[in-house]
Amino acid sequence: MTAAFVAGADASSEVPLKRRLKRAERTRRLKALALILPLLLFLLFTFLGPIAGMLWRSVDDWEVRQVLPHTVAALADWDGKDVPGEPTFAALAGDIRTARDAGTIAIASKRLNYALNGFRTIMSGTARNLKTLPEPGTAKDTLIGINPAWGERATWVAIKGASGPLTSFYLLGALDLTRNLDGAIVAAPEEQAIYRDVFGRTFTISLGVTVLCLILGFPVAYMLATLPTGQSNVLMIFVLLPFWTSLLVRTCAWIVVLQSEGIVNDSLRWIGLIDEPLRLIYNRFGVYVAMTHVLLPFMILPLYSSMRSISPAYMRAAASLGASPVTAFLRIYLPQTVPGIGAGSLLVFILAIGYYITPALVGGAADQMISYFIAFYTTETVNWGLASALGAVLLLATLLLAVVYGKLVHGQQVTGGMKN
Amino acid sequence: MSQNHSPRTTSQRVAWITTVVVASLVLVFLMAPILAIMPLSFSSGSYLTYPLPGLSLRWYEDFLNSPRWVSSLKNSVIIGVASTILSMVLGTLASLGLAQWKSKFKPLVLAIVLSPVVVPGVITAVGLYFFFAPLGLTGSYAGLILAHTALSTPFVVITVSATLQSFDMNLARAAASLGASPIYAFRRVILPLILPGLASGALFAFATSFDEVVVVLFMAGPEQRTLPREMFSGIRENISPTITAAAVILTTISVILLATLEALRRRNERLKGNLR
Repeated sequence: MTAAFVAGADASSEVPLKRRLKRAERTRRLKALALILPLLLFLLFTFLGPIAGMLWRSVDDWEVRQVLPHTVAALADWDGKDVPGEPTFAALAGDIRTARDAGTIAIASKRLNYALNGFRTIMSGTARNLKTLPEPGTAKDTLIGINPAWGERATWVAIKGASGPLTSFYLLGALDLTRNLDGAIVAAPEEQAIYRDVFGRTFTISLGVTVLCLILGFPVAYMLATLPTGQSNVLMIFVLLPFWTSLLVRTCAWIVVLQSEGIVNDSLRWIGLIDEPLRLIYNRFGVYVAMTHVLLPFMILPLYSSMRSISPAYMRAAASLGASPVTAFLRIYLPQTVPGIGAGSLLVFILAIGYYITPALVGGAADQMISYFIAFYTTETVNWGLASALGAVLLLATLLLAVVYGKLVHGQQVTGGMKN
Repeated sequence: MSQNHSPRTTSQRVAWITTVVVASLVLVFLMAPILAIMPLSFSSGSYLTYPLPGLSLRWYEDFLNSPRWVSSLKNSVIIGVASTILSMVLGTLASLGLAQWKSKFKPLVLAIVLSPVVVPGVITAVGLYFFFAPLGLTGSYAGLILAHTALSTPFVVITVSATLQSFDMNLARAAASLGASPIYAFRRVILPLILPGLASGALFAFATSFDEVVVVLFMAGPEQRTLPREMFSGIRENISPTITAAAVILTTISVILLATLEALRRRNERLKGNLR
């Protein structure tokens, strides 16, 4: 476009053109968005919504609020120093009577029992023995008469702490923390403090598996990247076939191979190395073997693709400049594989910390990782708050690692614009 | 020896041979367990030990005569096919949109679309369990199909987007300039060219659903148990040779999927080579 033309064009025709262009651009954008929208809406319903719901459950505290509404209201202004007064007791007596008739006592007592061990008994006993509403002014004496626990501050602190609408109870619990009677955050009692151990174990196993995958995967990736394409394509089948084989099949295979009458033990006995079968499965060893086997392809494939892109000319140049093969490898080759090592290790680690099926099938009780406990609290004991809180911690860890992974492989992103 | 790797000294040769030996052992480690259980499914005895007392197909007969196993295979296929179709439609549309969409929010949308791959299975399963139960979607085919679609769509988006990236948009523009409507251009120009990519995406989606067990564990009722789910309880209770027969059937399906995918990839590479 020449300057003369621009100068000659009058303003009235220039504006509509600009606007038309803008409009066309906007239509284009809207059309593109309209294509993406169905998937986003679908994921909102089948993925984001459920995850948000789980996160909400980790802080939601509805039970006591719903079952004992008047007690919760009466406790709103309680300073938490002494046992509350008569009106609060009267509210509680009324709530318990209503809840008993509605059959909802168990809902509240289950929640309260998490906060104070034995609360279930207090609630059920009181509900059973409170035959009629106490006379006005006698609620306090009546309830304490039924169970002296009502005369203790701890009981009321538990109710107040569980009166919602939001709670940090489950999230603190997932980190082995709790609140003491004065509301300060302290370490949970030893018999309940198991989750730091579980997170630590999850981390240790995942790290161990990652290191094993790196040690085993590096030579394979190096060989595949160095061999001529024809040969490496054939050998690649050895990596891809297990990769595509069902997780259940592979886990099952390891049990068959490693069990006490399995192939490994039988062979060792046949050679005469051992007399008694070794315990190779349903323990930590089995978890390491099976998980490394399952996750190894996720290490080999990124390593392979990063090694493939390293030009052999660099190594030749290093050699021609007098570097020994070891120096050339350490100073020239290895640094160029670092992105691949990083991507593969992070990928394996991210997948490992969320593992459930393999440890559940080949591990012992002491080898269960965090996912097992999330599943356990969801389906076995139905402590959904704690299951969600543990899930929230795992999700946070995973997402943080995924962001790092995303930054690391940003240059190699597969999804982008079409060639324009 | 390859042209890439030409060891000149003895020490280099030793290093290379060591690498090859170690790498080969690792490859054996990868394949061995799968190969080890295959023959056991043809055993005539009921113990999972070698040497085999004799050969028979009794465990396959057992599999085919057991309503539990057969219905689980049927469920796997139903859920796999349905979720593949659904994820292909959603994933392909989204990939087409993403390819043309320029916005600062694109990385965020991409992250959301791909997130089902990253989030641990248990978290997805627990979230879906809480979310779908009040809607009556647990213990139903619909719930499982929706869940598996969410899990497999990212693979469709990744595969189809990669295909679109190598697609020359000028072809679509040429079609438009010759008077083709967008839908006609898609059907006659874009679709035939990206079809191998779509097929790969579909295979990935099917394999994801076919192999999935955690969500099924939480959401499936007795009616919807899939093959991996049935294997899970089988392994938990006690491993019978019937499970090894199921394992061989599952592996055979995986091999077919892998072989098809590989054939598609080779065809694609050949086509690209011809264009150049």
